Amino acid sequence: MTETSAPAPRSAWRGLIGFNLLTAIVLGIGGFFFGAWIGGKMAVGHDYLIGTDQNDVGIFMGFLFGTIGWLAGLGFFNYPLARLAGRPPLDWSSEDEMYVVPDATIRQHEGGIGRYFRLTTDHKVVGIQYFFGVGIFFFIGGLNAMLIRTELLTPHEKAWPAGQYISLVGLHGTMMIMMTSAFILGPFGNYFVPLMIGARRLAFPRIEALTFWLVPLAGLVLLSAIAWNGFPTGWTGYAPLADQARAGMDAYIFAFILIAISLTLVGINLLTTILTMRAPGLTWSRLPIFVWGVLATAFLMALAAPVLVAAMLMGMMDRAANTSYYLASGGGSPYLYENLFWFFGHPEVYILALPGFGIVLEILPVFSRKPLWGYRLAVAGMLGVAFLSFMVWQHHLFVSGINASLRPFYMLTTELISIPTGFIFLIAMGTLWRGKIRYTVPMLFALAFFFNFLIGGLSGIFLSDVPSDVTTHGSYFVMAHFHYTIMGGLVFAFFAATYYWLPKMTGVTLDERLGKIHFWLMFVFFNLTFFPLFAAGFLNMPRRVSTYAPHLQTLNDFVSASAYVLGLSMLIFIGNLVWSLVFVRQPAETNPWHSRSLEWQVATPVPVHNFDRIPVITAGPYEYGVPNAPPVADFGPGAVAVAGK
Amino acid sequence: MVMPPAVAAASGTPGNASLTLQTVASLGFGPHADWVSYLAKNPQGKWVHSTNLVVPANSLIHVTIYQYDTATGLRNPFWGEPEGTVGEAKVNGKAIPILNPDLASHTFAIPELGVTVPLKGVADNAKNQCSLAPCTLAEAHNTITFTFRTGKRGTFRWQCFVPCAAGFILGFGGPMQSLGYMDGLLHVV
Amino acid sequence: MIDVAGRRVSRHGVQIVAIWAVLTAIAVPLIVFVLGPHLPPGRMSAEASDQTDANTVLTALMAPIILIVAIQIVYSLVVFRARGDAIEDGAPIRGHDPTVLAWIVLTSVIVLALAVWGSYTLVQSARGAGGGQGPSPADLPKGGKTPLPIQVIGQQWAWTFRFPTYKAFETRQLELPVGKVIAFHVTSIDVTHSFWAYELGVKADAVPGVDNVAFVTPRKLGRFTIRCAELCGLWHGHMALHGRVVSASDFDTWVAQQKAANAQIIPDLGPYQRVYFPEPKHRAG
Repeated sequence: MTETSAPAPRSAWRGLIGFNLLTAIVLGIGGFFFGAWIGGKMAVGHDYLIGTDQNDVGIFMGFLFGTIGWLAGLGFFNYPLARLAGRPPLDWSSEDEMYVVPDATIRQHEGGIGRYFRLTTDHKVVGIQYFFGVGIFFFIGGLNAMLIRTELLTPHEKAWPAGQYISLVGLHGTMMIMMTSAFILGPFGNYFVPLMIGARRLAFPRIEALTFWLVPLAGLVLLSAIAWNGFPTGWTGYAPLADQARAGMDAYIFAFILIAISLTLVGINLLTTILTMRAPGLTWSRLPIFVWGVLATAFLMALAAPVLVAAMLMGMMDRAANTSYYLASGGGSPYLYENLFWFFGHPEVYILALPGFGIVLEILPVFSRKPLWGYRLAVAGMLGVAFLSFMVWQHHLFVSGINASLRPFYMLTTELISIPTGFIFLIAMGTLWRGKIRYTVPMLFALAFFFNFLIGGLSGIFLSDVPSDVTTHGSYFVMAHFHYTIMGGLVFAFFAATYYWLPKMTGVTLDERLGKIHFWLMFVFFNLTFFPLFAAGFLNMPRRVSTYAPHLQTLNDFVSASAYVLGLSMLIFIGNLVWSLVFVRQPAETNPWHSRSLEWQVATPVPVHNFDRIPVITAGPYEYGVPNAPPVADFGPGAVAVAGK
Repeated sequence: MVMPPAVAAASGTPGNASLTLQTVASLGFGPHADWVSYLAKNPQGKWVHSTNLVVPANSLIHVTIYQYDTATGLRNPFWGEPEGTVGEAKVNGKAIPILNPDLASHTFAIPELGVTVPLKGVADNAKNQCSLAPCTLAEAHNTITFTFRTGKRGTFRWQCFVPCAAGFILGFGGPMQSLGYMDGLLHVV
Repeated sequence: MIDVAGRRVSRHGVQIVAIWAVLTAIAVPLIVFVLGPHLPPGRMSAEASDQTDANTVLTALMAPIILIVAIQIVYSLVVFRARGDAIEDGAPIRGHDPTVLAWIVLTSVIVLALAVWGSYTLVQSARGAGGGQGPSPADLPKGGKTPLPIQVIGQQWAWTFRFPTYKAFETRQLELPVGKVIAFHVTSIDVTHSFWAYELGVKADAVPGVDNVAFVTPRKLGRFTIRCAELCGLWHGHMALHGRVVSASDFDTWVAQQKAANAQIIPDLGPYQRVYFPEPKHRAG
C-alpha cells in the first residue's frame, strides 16, 4: 500500500468519515449506553446494588464500554487486530516505513487540520494535540474558578446552592490536577524531547498517541459528573464520603483512572526514549536541563500513577459491589484511602513542579546568554526532589490520627526536600549573575516563576513543621500554598514554554505586546489574588466552604475582584493566540531567540522526519560566551548551519 | 440547578406564624421519585415540594409536621431528645420529653438556632400507609407539633439527622444531602 | 572587585549583602514584635502558644531567606540587563564550588535545625502541639496528672460532646475548665470530619472507627470557635460552634446543668466507647 504519488485531494467531508474524533465520540456514547445496559443486567436480583436510584455497576460498565468505543473510533484497535489476524495494518505502509517516513507524510495531502483529530504517530502532531486538548480543559477549570470566587463574594450561600458549590470546587480542582499533570510533558515533552536529543520519534509512538487521546476522554468523563449533580468530595475524593456520594462520584473515579493510566504510559514512554534514543555524542553531561526535568518527572509518573489506579478501583468496588475497603463499619479503614491517595498525591505535585523547573532553567541561559550555572547541581536537585518525593506523603496526614511517632520522621523528610528545591534557586541566581539579560515574554514568565515559587515553596515550610501545620492544615493557607507553587510555578512555566516554543511549533510568532500585557496582568493579579489567602487561612477560614465569618468578607471580595482580572489576563492570552495564529500569521524566524539548543537548529516548520541525518552532538547547549565553543551538533556534510551559534 | 420555591409560613397574630410540613417515604414524582422528602404547605393550603422556608424574625413559629414514613432509627441516640423548643414537643397531642431513638423516622433540626425535634415513625405494620406525596390526613401518620422562637434576620440551614436515605452507604447520601428533600434553608426575614 | 579585609570580593556581592543586611534588620524585628502577637492561633492555650511561637519563628526565618534570593535576583535583573539590540554574551561562568558548598551547608543546617526544633516542640514541651495523635498518643502530658477526657463526636453535620467521667452524658455545647489538661477523644460516626478549635490550637481529624486523641491545656478564659476542617458533605461549612473556657467552678456548675438537662436521654445513649459503629435499628426505606 505504498503511496508513490500524491493522489487527488479528498473532499473535506470525506475526511469526516473514518477513524477520527467524531467517530470516537459517536462510538463512545454508543458504548456508554451499551455498557450501562449490560451493567443493568448484571445488577438484576442484587438488591444491595440497586437499592437507590443509581446503578453504579451500570455507570462503570457504561464508562468502560464508552472508553472502548472511543478508542475504537480513533482506530487504536486497528493495528493489534490486523496483526492478530495476520494481515498488514489498515492505514499504514510497512512498519519500517512508518517510522522513517511517518504516516503524517502520507496524510499530508489530506489537509493540515485533519491530522489533529486523528490517531497520529508523529510526535509533533501529538504535541500540538496536547497543547489544545489540555488547554481547553484547563480553561474550563479556570472558568469554574471564576464561579467559585463569585460565590465567595458573600459570607452566606448566595450564588450557588450549598451542594453545587462543593461540586464546583471539586470539578475545578480535579480538572486542574488532571490536566496540568501533563501540562508541560504533554505538549512540550512530546514535541521537543525527540528534537532535543536528536531522535526522530518517541520510543513508543502508538502509546504516545494513546496517552493523548485518553486525556480529552477523561475530561469529558469528568464533566459528565455535572449530569449527575457533581460530586461532594473535592479533588481528594476522601472515603467514606466518596462511598456515600451520588453517581457523579463514579465519573470522578473513572476519569482519574484514565488519567493515571495516561500518566503511567507517558512516564514509561519518555523514560525509554531518553534512556535509549539519545543521538551519538549526547552524553549525560550535555543533556539539556529540560530533558533532565522530563526524565525526573517521567520516573515519578511511571511509579506513582499506578497507585492511584489502585485507590480508585477500591473506591469503585466499595460503591458498586458493596465491599468495605474504606468503611470502618465493615472492617475497612478510611486511612487506607488516605494513604494510597497521598502516596500518589505527593509525587503528583512534584510531577507538576519538576517540569516547571526544567522549563525555566532551560530558558534562563538563553536570555542571559550565559551557560547554565551549576549544571550538575541542577541535575542533582531535580533527581533529589524526585527521589525524596516518595518519602514525604504523610505530611498530608499529620493531624489525621496517624501514629504520632511517625510525625518527626516525615517532618524531617519534608523539610529535607526543600534542600534540592533550593538548588534550583541557586542555579537561577547564578545563571542571571553577570549575564546580558533580555526581557522577552518567555523570560518574564520564567522570572515570575521564581518569585512565585519562592513564596509558595517557603510557605511549604510552615506546613512541614508539625506544630505550625496544626494551625494551617485544612485552611486557606494550604490553598494559597499550592496555588502559588502549582499556578505560580507550573502555569507560569507553561506560558513561558508557550511563548518560547510556539514559534517553532507553529511557524508563527505571537504578538509581543499582547504577550507583555498578558504577563503583567497575570503576574500582578495572581499575587493579589492568592497572597491574601495566606491571611484568610490564618484567620480561621477552612477550605471548601461557601460560608465564612462575616469579618472576612472584605478580604474575600478583594480576592474575588483580583481573580476576575486574573481571568481576564487569560482571555488576553487566548485573544493573542487567536489573533496571531489565525489572523496575523506573521512567519517566525527559524531561531528567533538565538538559542544554541538542538531543537532550534532545525528548520521551521520542522520536517516530519526531524533531521535529514541523525546529528552527532559535539557540545552542550549552554556554551554562550565560551570562547571558541563548537556548535552544538554536527549535522553531516552539506547541512545548512542555522543561526544561533 | 433550580432552587425549590420559597414557602412562607402562614402568619397568625402579630409575633406568631405557623409552618406546616410533611415527611413522606417516597416522593412519587420528579427526578428522584423514590427518595424520602419533606414537603411544605404554602399559606394558600397547597402542598409544595420545597424545603426553602420563610418565617418572620422575632416571632414564635408554631410547627406542625405530618410524619408519614416508617421508623429508621437514629444513628446518634442523642437526637432523640427534643431541644430548643418553647414548651414541650408533642406527638399526636401528647408531650414527649424524649423519643425512643429507635422510633425516629426523621428529625427537624436547625442546629444554628439550637432546635432539634425527632419525628416519630409510623409503625411498620400500620394500615393505610401513604405511598405517594402529597399525603392526606386519611393515611397513617403521626402529628408532631412544637414551637420555636426566631431572633434576628438571617438564613439558617436545617436538616434531618436520621440516616434515612435508603440504599446509600451510611444512609446519608442522596436525599440526605440534597436541598429540597431532607435539607433546607430557613429564611428569617 | 574591591578589597574587603584583605580579600578580593565582588563589588556587586558587597552591595547585595549590604542591602540584605539592612532590610533584614528592619524586617525581622517588625515580624517578631509587630506581626508576631497577631499571628494565629494566639495564647489561649499552652498548645496554641507553642504554635504561635512556631509560626512567629518561621515567619521571621522566611524574611532573610526571601530577601537574599529576591535582592540578588532583582539586583541582577537591573544591573546585568542587556543594553541595546545587539545579541551579546554574558560571562561564561559555569559554577563556583565554594558558593555551592556554602549554600548546601547553610540550607542543610537550617533545615535540620527546623526539624529538630519542631520535634522538640512536639515531644518535649507541648503534648503534641494540639494536633490529633491517633489512638496511642506518643506525646503525652507530663507531670502525672490524668487529663480530663472529653469525647468529640463528629457527625454529619454537627458536633456533640460526651464526658466519660461524668456518667457519659452527651451535649451539644462545649465548655472547658481553665488550667486543666484536657484530652479530646475525637471520633466520627459516619464520614471523616476534622475538629478544629481555632483559638485553642486544636486540630484532630474525626475518622470513623478511630479514637484520635489531642491534648489541650486552656490558659485563658474566653470564647473559642470550632469549625470543621475536612470536607464532609453538604453542610460542611456550617459545622461551626462556639465554645467557652471558664473557671473550674463554673465548669462544674455547667456540667451539672448539662447533665440534668440531658438526663433523660442518657439511658438511650449506650455506654461510653472510644469508637462507635452505630447502625440505626431499621434499614432505611
